[in-house]
Amino acid sequence: MSLDEYRKREFKQVGQRVRRPDGVDKVTGRAMYGADATAPGMLVGRILRSPHAHARIRGIDTSAAEALKGVKAVLTGADLPAQEDDFIRDVQDNCMARDKALYDGHAVAAVAAVDAATARAALKLIKVDYEVLPHVTDVDVAIKPGAPVVQKGRSLENVPAGMSENVTSHCEFGHGDPAAGFARADHVVERHFRTAATHQGYIEPHAALASVTSDGKAELWCCTQGQFFVRTLCAAIMGMEASQLRVTASEIGGGFGGKTTVFIEPVALALSRKAGRPVKIVMTRDEVFRATGPTVHTSTDVKIGMTKDGRITAAEAHLRYSGGAFPCGTVDMGAQAAFAAYDLEHVRTYGWNVLTNRPKEAAYRAPGAPQSIYAVESVVDELCQHFGLDPIDVRLKNAARKGTKSSYGPTFPDIGLIATLEAAKKHPHYSAPLQPGQGRGISCGFWFNFGGNSCVSLNINTDGTVGVTEGNPDIGGSRASISLMAAEELGIEYDRVRTIVADTSSLGYNDVTDGSRVTFAVGLATIKAAREAVRVMCGRAAKIWGIDAEAVEWKDGAAVPAGPNAGKFPPMSLAEIAAVSFETGGPIAGHHEVNVDGAGVSFGVHIVDVEVDKETGQTTVLRYTVFQDAGKAVHPSYVEGQMQGGAVQGIGWALNEEYIYGADGRLQNPGFLDYRVPVASDLPMIDTVILEIPNPGHPYGVRGVGETGIVPPLAAISNAVSRSAGIRLSELPMSPPRVLKALGG
Amino acid sequence: MKSIPVSTTINGDACEFLCAPDETLLDALRNRLGLTGAKEGCGTGDCGACSVTLNGRLVCSCLVLGVEAEGAEITTIEGMADGDELHPLQRHFIDHAALQCGVCTPGILVAAKALLEKNPEPSDEEVRYWLAGNLCRCTGYDKIIRAVQAAAAEMRGA
Amino acid sequence: MRYLAATTAREAAEALAAEAGVTRVLAGGTDVLVQMKAGLVEPDLVVDIKKIPGIATITPEAGGFRIGAAVANAVLGEHEGVRALWPGVVEGANLIGSTQVQGRCTMAGNLCNASPAGDAAPGLVAANAVARIAGPEGERDCPVADIPAGPGKTTLKKGEVITSILLPARPARASDAYLRFIPRTEMDIAVASAAVSLELDADGTVKAARVVLGAVAPTVVVAEDAGRTLVGTKLDEATLAKMAKACEAVCKPIDDKRGTVAFRTKTAGTLAKRAALIAYARAGGAK
Ligand SMILES: Cc1cc2nc3c(=O)[nH]c(=O)nc-3n(C[C@H](O)[C@H](O)[C@H](O)COP(=O)(O)OP(=O)(O)OC[C@H]3O[C@@H](n4cnc5c(N)ncnc54)[C@H](O)[C@@H]3O)c2cc1C
Ligand code: FES
Ligand code: FES
Repeated sequence: MSLDEYRKREFKQVGQRVRRPDGVDKVTGRAMYGADATAPGMLVGRILRSPHAHARIRGIDTSAAEALKGVKAVLTGADLPAQEDDFIRDVQDNCMARDKALYDGHAVAAVAAVDAATARAALKLIKVDYEVLPHVTDVDVAIKPGAPVVQKGRSLENVPAGMSENVTSHCEFGHGDPAAGFARADHVVERHFRTAATHQGYIEPHAALASVTSDGKAELWCCTQGQFFVRTLCAAIMGMEASQLRVTASEIGGGFGGKTTVFIEPVALALSRKAGRPVKIVMTRDEVFRATGPTVHTSTDVKIGMTKDGRITAAEAHLRYSGGAFPCGTVDMGAQAAFAAYDLEHVRTYGWNVLTNRPKEAAYRAPGAPQSIYAVESVVDELCQHFGLDPIDVRLKNAARKGTKSSYGPTFPDIGLIATLEAAKKHPHYSAPLQPGQGRGISCGFWFNFGGNSCVSLNINTDGTVGVTEGNPDIGGSRASISLMAAEELGIEYDRVRTIVADTSSLGYNDVTDGSRVTFAVGLATIKAAREAVRVMCGRAAKIWGIDAEAVEWKDGAAVPAGPNAGKFPPMSLAEIAAVSFETGGPIAGHHEVNVDGAGVSFGVHIVDVEVDKETGQTTVLRYTVFQDAGKAVHPSYVEGQMQGGAVQGIGWALNEEYIYGADGRLQNPGFLDYRVPVASDLPMIDTVILEIPNPGHPYGVRGVGETGIVPPLAAISNAVSRSAGIRLSELPMSPPRVLKALGG
Repeated sequence: MKSIPVSTTINGDACEFLCAPDETLLDALRNRLGLTGAKEGCGTGDCGACSVTLNGRLVCSCLVLGVEAEGAEITTIEGMADGDELHPLQRHFIDHAALQCGVCTPGILVAAKALLEKNPEPSDEEVRYWLAGNLCRCTGYDKIIRAVQAAAAEMRGA
Repeated sequence: MRYLAATTAREAAEALAAEAGVTRVLAGGTDVLVQMKAGLVEPDLVVDIKKIPGIATITPEAGGFRIGAAVANAVLGEHEGVRALWPGVVEGANLIGSTQVQGRCTMAGNLCNASPAGDAAPGLVAANAVARIAGPEGERDCPVADIPAGPGKTTLKKGEVITSILLPARPARASDAYLRFIPRTEMDIAVASAAVSLELDADGTVKAARVVLGAVAPTVVVAEDAGRTLVGTKLDEATLAKMAKACEAVCKPIDDKRGTVAFRTKTAGTLAKRAALIAYARAGGAK
């Protein structure tokens, strides 16, 4: 890891709450999102979806649909190539079923027609011959031998014998000897938890506009968190070369991890190739819920031992996650994250991934961590209650810190957990009096964060302004943050820099906007690209002054002689150097391409006050404060926004959001009326406290902030409910019927 | 299905379009008139991203037929700024970082403007209940409420 | 699909009666358009009633109010007179959907959509409201309570259209209230609901009471026993507990994604208690 990037400095631009460059477009309705684009001669694409949770497709008769006037192409799985690679095949089969429909909503055919009404009519004419098979949608049922098998032959060798074939992988992390640790505890609590699958709930449904021309070239416009990854997947599925497929990311109406893969993009491309015309597919909300990527649903056992003075002696967790009908690695992240906040001598986590007849999981903010940390933080809280100990004190006593061997292996460098806990403890919220019937809960949260492949190209314009080209869709203000970092490094004003997001033909590969990586990794690449441009500009000044390039340095936005020996020249500003660049060697630019290492883990602590209506089981969130180590907060407003948005998604998860499957294996609530994301009137203000413990792996100390915030609310609210109503729930969401039942009503 | 001619007024300008009888006003705005500022987040009235006003009332354009616009006055997000002068709500949304992805923003701005026209000095709770039909998944609403209140204060001359 | 903007009730009724295929009256459209989007109905004819003169007005009548079938609930909520006389009816109507939905939806539409969980229906039934119906054969009046026939079904005959709903006059010291339970604070369909309408004596004793429950049976239920329990009391705790039990006794709910049988039953009683106290206070009772 490159942990020596950080240098302490005084910031001039970074840390300012500037206006984002895409603000005006977004408040005037001009910004172009996925569904907003059109192309000449465009057709409407629509997808036929399985009404069955599990069915063999014996045949598909598309002849009547093809014969319908206005229908220009019909597509089924048979039109797509056989794939060697497991990963690509799973993505493709999820976009269009081949032999079996694996969940309610699984795509089985698609049409492109002149208008929506014709496309709808055509779907009705497609006859699918299904052989309905037994299905399983619950992880605890699917793991048992004898359960209906979703896909055969997908188990890895490390899966213990005697389990259902639905178990595809097993993982184990930890160190020490938990049995010995439990023996030293004064009290051991072991509990079973379940969490429902939830959905990212982005407001913009997936949309794609594809145009494949007869010379084999293709253009794809879509809302995605990663146009380069879309290109990789679609090129593989379409059998195209990367250079022939240009993917442009539209403005994106939320993703939260759910737009890190493809669902309709290859279908739109394949239809366009078949029809010889551009094809646009826009999902309905119903399709978004049934056929994109919700989270895993989980079943967990957590066991923790503690001494009466609050020291954890041992901890163990068994995690059973289901990522739907395809193998899924999220349980590994859940298992690694479970005890990350604790400095433990004896710890072990075990995980199993289990197939069920549900849609293929996609990432959702800190994937896998909220579920396992919810279980752990609930048990820690129960132990605090048992011994009558302060929950923050207990966490401080056991907190992971610099030098802790983490429960998942690495030894932590500088981390912010203790500072975050201390900030929470001394915040007025923590000591504010509560009314009778109210309860206060806290929880820690953790996320690894991620770096990854990043390319930035930075051009110095002759008028002294700067263009930054980067390759990651801006979901929440990242263009502003990147401009700030470029301005900081170059020593110019923020509004002299404009950052744009490039298509796949304009820049090298960029990983998806995920893992809280953009401000960190793309920011790092931007700073290095700026340094490269600075090096060039110093060279140009040196040339003008007739001195060595090494004798010039960059200070406050200008080239200056490096010390008295270099000669006496007045500073040459960026604008002055740029203005004469054509005479000194040509246009000036800097670029940087890197696979960034050194992402800094991020910890958060949330405090919440709730009140439970004991006659109805309804929980009201009264007050909420988020504390999080962001590293350097480049644009504090958008850092707060991430913390607030994550917290509110966690509140929804804790209280009301869930995928509800009927006995028939069909999703019962594929709409916003019954998939209940929080509305404005459900919530108090979400207060935030940003801690800035510099990440040694970034020149300015930036960590990621996007994901940690969704982790703590689950247990914090459960812990608050326990203290408000005297009941400890072990299943999410804590919907009113569940709470009332626990209250004995 | 035979298309029906519709004469209406959009953002103060007379406007005529043809639409199918079962086509929503949202589809007509977006697909026939190029007014893509209103978004379809659900198509069923649950998200508010398609908010417009119809004869002065805030409505979901996904729940109105295009043909119902006959003789009506419609305003959309595209009509909110006065030329290049942003409405105070638009300005405060940018200044308060009240948008992240921004897809809910057009609907929320149209809805908030309708609120402030009716109630220039709403409490936070009134803002929250008025906007309950406008889902925002990114912000947790905190900064949206603050931006609306800041714009309201400015508009009151406070 | 054909679209007709009727200009008289008669034209609407005749067009609906004459159409052999699937028809829908279009009031606010907040149910009709959702059902069309979901592919649940594909009407051959949609008759918009909003252009019928007078159908979107509220007129005082015989000490009460006649509410036109196309009066949007937001407009109803802005009417001081109706709010003062039947606050429970108005609060039920105003709980429907969002601000946006309020701008369109109607009480008549809520009634005719005949969802067991409709928020306008319990208050209207508790108020003994009467619907005026235009049909191909002319006009008739019908108690609102007799209109829903089961989920999605009404007793209206082919071609019949509700043109208005009459909220009757009521004596002094009378009021009503409506409460529903939803998991969030807005944007949900009632899991259980209760409307209570009370008339009090000069000393605050309940003289007449009507308790109506929603979302606990295929149609709204008039909890006759629960109403009787309140009469002659001042809503002491024991009476309220007894009334809640009487409510629970008439519940025949289902288990579904929105709630369990046990939850709905218990909550209906709880809401009836709370609504009774609000109605009592509004009617000038001492609590
Ligand atoms: C986002 C959202 C939230 C909602 N929330 C709620 C809620 O909280 N509570 C609730 O109860 N409902 C809710 N609804 C459902 C709906 O808004 C209500 O039922 C509303 O009252 C329907 O009124 P409308 O005028 O829009 O009916 P329409 O959709 O116009 O009509 C509904 C039905 O009644 C028939 N009809 C309408 N008017 C007449 C008439 N005059 N004569 C004969 N038949 C007629 C129509 O043919 C149709 O079958 C919600 C809907 C949406 C979209
Ligand atoms: S699109 Fe109209 S409310 Fe969601
Ligand atoms: S800013 Fe993304 S939904 Fe509101």
